[in-house]
Amino acid sequence: MQEEIQIHLSVNGKTHDCKVSTRKSLADFLRQDLKLTGTHVGCEHGVCGACTVLVNHQTARSCLMLAVQADQCEITTVEGLTNEDHTLSVLQQAFKESHALQCGFCTPGMLTTLTELLSENLNPSEDQVREAITGNLCRCTGYQPIIKAGLLAAERLRALENPARALAPQSSQGQS
Amino acid sequence: MSLMGTFENYQAPTSVSDQQRPNQYIGSPVQRTEDNALLQGLGQYVDDLKLEGVLHACVLRSPHAHAKIQSIDIRHASSMPGVVKIYLYDDLPPSAKKRLPVLVPNPAIKQIMTQEVLASKEVLCVGDPVAFVVALERCLAEDACDAIEVEYEVLPAVANCLNALEASSPTIHSEIASNMAANVKMGFGDIEQAFANATHRVRDTFWINRGSAHPMETRGYAARFDPATGDLCVWSSGQTPHLEKKNLIDVLAWHPEKLRVIINDVGGGFGPKVMFYPEEALVAHAAHDLVRPVKWIEDRREHFYTATQERDQWWDMELALTAEGKILGLKLIMTHDNGAYLPWGIIMPYIGVTTTPGPYVIPCIDVDLRVVYTNKNATSPVRGAGRPQAVFAMERIMDKVAHTLGLDRARIREINFVKPEQMPYNNGFIYRDGKPMVYDTGDYPKCQAMALELARYDDFPSRQKAARQEGRYIGIGFANFVEGTGLGPFEGATVRVQQDGRVTVLTAACPQGQGHKTIFAQICADQLGVPMSMIDVITADTSTISMGIGTFASRITATAGNSVFLAGQSVRNKVLALGAFLLQVSVDDLELHDGVCFVKSNPSHSKTFAELARVSQGMPGFSFPPGVTNGLEDTQYFSPSQSTYCNGTAVAEVELDVDTGQIKIIRYCMSHDSGNLINPLLVDGQIQGSIAHGIGNATLEWMRYDEQAQPISTNFAEYLLPMSTDVPNAQLVHLSSPTYLNPLGVKGAGEGGTIPAAAAIVSAIENALSGTDLFLREAPLTPPRLFEILYDSGFFKSRQL
Amino acid sequence: MKPARFQYHRPTQLREALEMVATLENYKILAGGQSLMPMMNFRFVMPDHIIDLNQVKELTGIDQDQDRLVIGAMTRQHHIHRSDLVAKLCPLVPEAYDQVSHRQIRNRGTLGGSLCHLDPASEQPCFTSALDGEIEVQSLKGQRTISIHDWTQMYMTPALDSGEVLTRISLRPWGPSHGWSFMEYARRHGDYAIVGVAVLVALGANQKIERLSVSLCGVSAAPVRLTALETSLLGEVGDDRILPAVNEHIEAIEEIMHDSYNSATYRRHLAQTLTARALGVALKRALRNH
Repeated sequence: MQEEIQIHLSVNGKTHDCKVSTRKSLADFLRQDLKLTGTHVGCEHGVCGACTVLVNHQTARSCLMLAVQADQCEITTVEGLTNEDHTLSVLQQAFKESHALQCGFCTPGMLTTLTELLSENLNPSEDQVREAITGNLCRCTGYQPIIKAGLLAAERLRALENPARALAPQSSQGQS
Repeated sequence: MSLMGTFENYQAPTSVSDQQRPNQYIGSPVQRTEDNALLQGLGQYVDDLKLEGVLHACVLRSPHAHAKIQSIDIRHASSMPGVVKIYLYDDLPPSAKKRLPVLVPNPAIKQIMTQEVLASKEVLCVGDPVAFVVALERCLAEDACDAIEVEYEVLPAVANCLNALEASSPTIHSEIASNMAANVKMGFGDIEQAFANATHRVRDTFWINRGSAHPMETRGYAARFDPATGDLCVWSSGQTPHLEKKNLIDVLAWHPEKLRVIINDVGGGFGPKVMFYPEEALVAHAAHDLVRPVKWIEDRREHFYTATQERDQWWDMELALTAEGKILGLKLIMTHDNGAYLPWGIIMPYIGVTTTPGPYVIPCIDVDLRVVYTNKNATSPVRGAGRPQAVFAMERIMDKVAHTLGLDRARIREINFVKPEQMPYNNGFIYRDGKPMVYDTGDYPKCQAMALELARYDDFPSRQKAARQEGRYIGIGFANFVEGTGLGPFEGATVRVQQDGRVTVLTAACPQGQGHKTIFAQICADQLGVPMSMIDVITADTSTISMGIGTFASRITATAGNSVFLAGQSVRNKVLALGAFLLQVSVDDLELHDGVCFVKSNPSHSKTFAELARVSQGMPGFSFPPGVTNGLEDTQYFSPSQSTYCNGTAVAEVELDVDTGQIKIIRYCMSHDSGNLINPLLVDGQIQGSIAHGIGNATLEWMRYDEQAQPISTNFAEYLLPMSTDVPNAQLVHLSSPTYLNPLGVKGAGEGGTIPAAAAIVSAIENALSGTDLFLREAPLTPPRLFEILYDSGFFKSRQL
Repeated sequence: MKPARFQYHRPTQLREALEMVATLENYKILAGGQSLMPMMNFRFVMPDHIIDLNQVKELTGIDQDQDRLVIGAMTRQHHIHRSDLVAKLCPLVPEAYDQVSHRQIRNRGTLGGSLCHLDPASEQPCFTSALDGEIEVQSLKGQRTISIHDWTQMYMTPALDSGEVLTRISLRPWGPSHGWSFMEYARRHGDYAIVGVAVLVALGANQKIERLSVSLCGVSAAPVRLTALETSLLGEVGDDRILPAVNEHIEAIEEIMHDSYNSATYRRHLAQTLTARALGVALKRALRNH
């Protein structure tokens, strides 16, 4: 019924070999085929940022990528930013303490985006954190608590020996 | 000053009934219990539900704002890959062929027009559902929709609510006589006398145009029918589970005990998700008809067409004043574009006009409210619910009065405030709750003074002068509001001690990010002396509590919060009574702590909650003694006698780049009074978040339609939501005027940031242009529009001279 | 909002891609996808074939080739934005990218894709125009080079024939002592410009303008080079006295775009304002570097 091709990719450190419809988006593939529903779909035209994931350690709109384009890629979703024992990571804990989420729908996109920022720069200014999340819309918090959480996480990560591991506990990036 | 304001200094209130027992949780900035799951991507939004074998639906929608359907041909579409069934109007059960009911009827409504589940013959706005396609996948359903052939006879569309009232205007529906949905005349006092006595009369017209709520999660419904039991379960991204259930019962003619609505995680609501929509009926019907689970997830484009919006509104305001500036009377003609349907009756324009007096004494008001149909998307309350418009009109006219009389803007308001000694104050109107609008508590002069002090309003003129010398245009503006919250009639809660000693709170309150579960756990924990970790809160499941209203209108803490409080108190008393009986002491000898009931003088003499619960659930043959009843549980439906009124003041400081029209908010301050606060961390979050909505209303969000009532701004590149760089860190200061209307002394807090924002920001923009004669009277005031106003006024030419 | 059906093709070599575009009908080339995929999701565009170039490695790269900076069509905007070579040779470019959309878009979006999409509000055709960029396209029939100034056929339609693929863009860097500025007005951070301007200026003796390039986006389907202004300012000292000339030349532009959101008058005023400001910044930088 639909054209399908075989793809091989790793998601949150786990490899997958699957057949996927060529017109399915990466967002839908993650949610429907891999049952990773933490990545959310808010607009399907690349503006709201709720679907943001890390593709080869770089943020991307998963609603604007075809799943087949993720072949041979390393994907990290919000599920990969969590500790394996389900305790909160440094960034997640900072969000909780700062009340940086209300409905939680934009939150996975915020987390992946801030993970990329903090991987580039462990000492961002407030303006840099604010600018980093311009591509992620939030309708609940008014952004200030999210920025506060980003700065708090940066401060705590700077004190750690292995901040990269703490940022992405279940991705291969975290393991390298 | 940090965002988190002054809550570190905040005094936690003690519970009203027991002054000896200080609260551990109520009043504290407790972190949310909801967060762990959401942060790990484990939320359960409606599209996340794992329903085995679920089918996916898509709606074919009218591309025309007004048309008659001549024919629909589904033959080709029905045979396309993966299509299971296509529903048209004729396929619906008879109960679903009627128009949907109005949420709040009003005798003033002359002609009720609500949606059909599927169009029978005439479509009234772009997006009206015409066919419902169910397929194996959403993309296949969309393919089939594209293949359905519909012949329309296009009819004239009504696009503007002012033109709609002219005799020559076409009507939105071929079978109605006029586009006036309701014309409400109300008021009090002798308006002619007031205006006859006036030294000053100040009049102007304001235009506040369309906008939407746009939660990050769109709407969506899923349903599953169990043929073995006849049960139908519907999941929704909604705000009102019991309301949805009631509508489903009517539309599907379903047995009430066989229908369950569950609302799990919701990615934002803000008002439009209160409504009952056709798609929910269609999903439920299809799930029953096909005996397969069905889901429909709204896409963002559909959300632009079909999720209810707010406004346009035209406010023609005239104030009559004494020589000193005291208001004698107000005349108001308000024209409201309700779109093609009235799903929530006329509640939103009604709230708007009755909010107009705000914190001011207005002895005499005359209102002519015209609620008008157009062939656009229906309107209903969006965060602020009509009040932002009222505050905009009132605060703008007050600024004009100040300018006309040569008074400082703060002074004109001080002259007219309701004073603390006048509280409780009846503002003269009947509110939406059917009761007189009596402001219960609040100190309006102090609230304004605190905000202006925080914003350094007094030395702004010198800052403005210095900036102007550098060629910079900065301005300051502010606005006051009073908001009726805690709307009745009730919101109930059950508190139940389980046989394992854990405590469950069950309520129909329906969170979309407000943190209800945390707040209810805080309240319950303090009544029972247990840690919050021993409490589970279940919300928004119609099978757990028989009646409910829902979460909207900043009502839940003041209603359900008090129900939890009262039920918790009642269960506490039951625990003590049973404990006293089993431990053979008097109630006064007992203490509750950490789920144990023990004798104060001999703590090892105790019973756990688990033991007590098991006893209270009864053993066959054993009677309870007098004073002890079965079950460590109670259900309370706290019903407030009227709304409770919170208030606040917003102050905005802006800098304009006159050559681009760019409006930058350089500072934003608010004073806010919601009485006692259960969780200051969450309240500050609501204020900061609602300010962002207000900023959107002020300069960014404009839902555009063309002259054929075609929506134009139907994507996020054209409809602009505030981003992180558009929302400053607001500085907050709290006042606390607890209410006597409920035991916790709490008021609502979810919309206060939105309500005064556009008024404050537009006032600041105008102030930045002082020296010109410009008076600004519209919102959103966008940069291109600001430029146009400046250009047309000759501003650029005179600058060159 | 799911795209309509299409057949998906994924060449790994340029030759393969050229054969596909030569033989397939009703195709669209998928580069970064940041413009194409939204249009496909909305079903504004429903090609029968999608040719995904993301595996064609030959099309990525940033190199200096004598006096030119050569960028492969599939090079990600992010890489161009952060490239030391680009920053050294064409500092205008990273300054423009500071204002292009958001990080998620730049991570996937490509320069070639932007030049083919050709949104009048886009920054990338604008700086390419200021830098006298040349666009290399290839087909099975061979290769041709098209100046950026001839690239726009009409609104959102480049001079790319069926059967051709944009392969490389070459920019002509200015000398080490030039000044530059990219400025735009957008409603929010990262939004498409309503109007934007790219300015390059080089000074000679006595701070006289020796060379000038001014390109506007958001006023017409193609970026508009203000060649008359450039010529008129040669030999002038770069100070406030040149501002009237800026306003006059922009006033003289006959046709300026307008739509229901932004009028022609507004765009014209923005063009004048931004050009004056950008010139000021560029001149300061040129002076500093001189």
